[in-house]
Amino acid sequence: MSTPDATTTHYPAAPASERSERHTLSVLVDNEPGVLARVIGLFSGRGYNIESLTVSETEHQKHLSRMTIVTTGTPMVIEQIRHQLERLVPVHRVLDLTVGGPAIDRELAMVKVRGKGDNRVEALRLADAFRARVIDASIESFVFEITGRSDKIDQFVDLMLPLGLVEVSRTGVVAISRGPLGM
Amino acid sequence: MNREMTGAEMVVQAFADNGVAHVFGYPGGAVLPIYDALFQQKNVKHVLVRHEQGAVHAAEGYARSTGKVGAVVVTSGPGATNAVTGLADALMDSIPVVCLTGQVPTHLIGNDAFQECDTVGITRPCTKHNYLVKNIADLSRILHEAFYVAASGRPGPVVVDIPKDIQFATGTYTSPSNAGHKTYKPRVQGDPDKIKAAVELMATAKRPLFYTGGGVINSGPQASRLLRELVRLTKFPITSTLMGLGAYPASDPQWLGMLGMHGTYEANWAMHECDVMINVGARFDDRITGRLDAFAPKSKKIHIDIDPSSINKNVKADIGIIGDCANVLGDMLDAWRASDAKTDTKALTGWMKQIDGWRARNCLAYRNSKDVIKPQYAIERLYALTRDRDVYITTEVGQHQMWAAQFFKFEEPKRWMTSGGLGTMGYGIPAAVGVQMAHPKSLVIDIAGEASVQMTMQEMSTAAQYRLPIKIFILNNQYMGMVRQWQELLHGGRYSESYSEALPDFVKLAEAYHGVGIRCDKPVDLDSAIQEMINIDKPVIFDCLVDPAENCFPMIPSGKAHNEMLLGDVAGDLEKAIDEKGKVLV
Repeated sequence: MSTPDATTTHYPAAPASERSERHTLSVLVDNEPGVLARVIGLFSGRGYNIESLTVSETEHQKHLSRMTIVTTGTPMVIEQIRHQLERLVPVHRVLDLTVGGPAIDRELAMVKVRGKGDNRVEALRLADAFRARVIDASIESFVFEITGRSDKIDQFVDLMLPLGLVEVSRTGVVAISRGPLGM
Repeated sequence: MNREMTGAEMVVQAFADNGVAHVFGYPGGAVLPIYDALFQQKNVKHVLVRHEQGAVHAAEGYARSTGKVGAVVVTSGPGATNAVTGLADALMDSIPVVCLTGQVPTHLIGNDAFQECDTVGITRPCTKHNYLVKNIADLSRILHEAFYVAASGRPGPVVVDIPKDIQFATGTYTSPSNAGHKTYKPRVQGDPDKIKAAVELMATAKRPLFYTGGGVINSGPQASRLLRELVRLTKFPITSTLMGLGAYPASDPQWLGMLGMHGTYEANWAMHECDVMINVGARFDDRITGRLDAFAPKSKKIHIDIDPSSINKNVKADIGIIGDCANVLGDMLDAWRASDAKTDTKALTGWMKQIDGWRARNCLAYRNSKDVIKPQYAIERLYALTRDRDVYITTEVGQHQMWAAQFFKFEEPKRWMTSGGLGTMGYGIPAAVGVQMAHPKSLVIDIAGEASVQMTMQEMSTAAQYRLPIKIFILNNQYMGMVRQWQELLHGGRYSESYSEALPDFVKLAEAYHGVGIRCDKPVDLDSAIQEMINIDKPVIFDCLVDPAENCFPMIPSGKAHNEMLLGDVAGDLEKAIDEKGKVLV
C-alpha cells in the first residue's frame, strides 16, 4: 500500500478564507459571578475575535447586565458566535445589531494632551470642532471628553498626536437599536 | 415541601428527589459532610471508584445505558482536577452528568488553601454549566437546576462546587419544581414550515440518505422508534455516526453501516453521491466529513439538531430544523403521511442498485488466519457468541474501538458506550462499571486495547468490590495500534513510542484484582475461551493476543474526501485493475 501525501494530517485542512465582517452584538445576561468569564472564555476558547467589549448592569432589580461586543468573522462564524452565546445558561438574549435593523453605536474617550502656545490653542480649536469637552485643565494640559462613533474618536486621537497626546482611555462601544422597540 | 436541614443533607435529598439511585464518587476532606450524610441513609447507593476520572466515566456509562442523569461526588483540588477528563468527555458526547465537587470553606477561597483549586474556573470550558454555591439559601435550587440543565436540551455535564462550610450550614430545603429554568429553555418542537419543506425536498430525492447520530440516542427510545418508522416508510438507505449506532438495527437491509473515517465503503460513497441528505442528531464532525469542500458535494442538506449552534457550524444546511429528534421525526412522519409525498421509487431502485455495487466491494473483508487471531475475527466471534444475550458494549479508544464499531452489530439504542468526541483512552472499564451497576443481570463487555485499558485499570478493584461481573476483552496487539497505523501511513513507519513495552501479565493482573484471567492466542481456541468468559460470574480480563500488524480499514485519511478512501489489502485486491497509486484514490 502506498502512503498518502506527506502533507496529509490528522485533521481536515482549514477552509479557504472568506470575507470577514464586523458585527456589533448586544447580549443580555444575568449579572452573576463568572458571567463575563463565560463569555470571554467562549471567545478565546473557540478562537473568535473581540474588537471591543463593554459590560455594565442595566437593570438592577432584575440583576441584568448588558454586554456590547464588537467582533469580526465570516458570516458563518458570526452566526456561530450568536448561537454559542445563546447556549450559555445565564444569557437571556443575543441581538446582532448589525443585521437587526438600524442601530446607533457610540464610544466615549478621555484624551490627555500636553502642550503650550500654538499647539495648545490648536488642540482646543480642534476639540471644539469635534465637540469634545474639556473636563480637566492645567497650565500645560487638557483632558478632553469626546463621544461618538469609534472612527470619529480614532480621527480625533490622530489629530492630537502631533499636538502632544499623552494618553487615551476609551470605554469601548455601546450600542442600541433605533426605533421604539427594546431587545 | 420545605424542610430545615444541613447542606450535606440537602445534597443527598436532592439526589433522591431527582431520581438518583447510584452515585459514583471518592471521598476527601472537602466532602466529608456529604459522605457523612450518605452514610446515614439508604435511598442513594454510593459506588466507590479508584480514581475520580473513573467516577465520571462510570456515571457516563450509567447515563448512556439508562437515559438517566449520572451523578458524581468528588472532593476539592485533585478530586476536581482528576474529574476534568470525564467532564470534557461528557461535554463532547452530550452525556447528562451532575458532578458535585467539594470546595474549601468560603472564607478560604482564593487563599491557596490546602486542596484548593479554582474548580469553576477550570471546569467552565468543559461543562455545559457550573455553579459555585456561596449561600446555603441557594443550594437546593442550584442542585435541582443542575439536574434540569444536565438533562434538558442538548445534554451535558454540570458541576456544582460546594464549599465545606455550606455543607455544614443549615437552611431550608425546597423540593424540585417543574418550573425549569428562568432563561434556559431549549426549543424541542421543530418549525412546521421547515418540516414541511424538508418533507417536500425528501419527496423529490433521487439519491436520498439518512445520516443519524448520537442525538437520536440521547432523545430517547421514542426517537429510535420514529426514526425506524420514517426510514421504512420512505425506504431510504441509512447510515450513522459512531455515536448513533443502535438507533437503527444493523441487521436491516436499508442499513449501510457506520460512515466516516473508518466507515464502510458503501456508507461513504452513498454520502458522497447522495442528492438529499437528512441529518438527524449528528454534528458534521471532522471524523465524518473528511475534506469539507468535497463533502457530499451534490447534496441538499436537511439538518435536525436540538442545539442551534450545531447547525451551519461546519457544513451549511439547506434546511436547518431546531428541535428534539423525537418531536421533529414525529412531525416529519405526520407531514409525510398528510401530504402526497411519495418516494421516487424508480430512482430509489437505481440508487439502491448503485449502493449494492459499493457493498459488493465487501470493504470489511480481511485475510483470516489459522495461526494467529485477527482482531476483526475476534470481534466477529464475540458478536456471534453474544448476539442472543442481553449485552452492553463499552470500548476504549483506538483500533479496537473502530473494529468493534464495524463488526459488532447493534440492534437497539443505548447498548453501545464509547468515547467518540474526546476519544478518551481509559473510558471503557469505568463505563462498564457504571453500565453493570445499572444493569446487574446483563452481560457488559469492555472491548479494549492493551494500551488504553491500563489507563484506568484500577477500576477492576471497584468491579471486584461491588461484584460487578464486567468482561474486559482486550485485543492485545502489543501496540497503541491506531498510533502505529498513522505512523505507518504518514511517518515512514517510524514507530515512535507506540510499542507496548513491558506489558503486565493480564491473567495474573485479573487474579490480583480478585477476577479471572483468560488468555487466548489461537483461532481454534477462541470460541470456547469466549464462552468460558461469558459463563464466569466475576470480573474477567480476557487477554486476546491478536495479529500485531493488522490495520483498521477502510480509512479516509484526514483531509481527504469520501471517495478517496483506502481499502485494506483483501477488499482492494477485488479489483486487480487498480494500481498502487489508484488504490490510494479509490
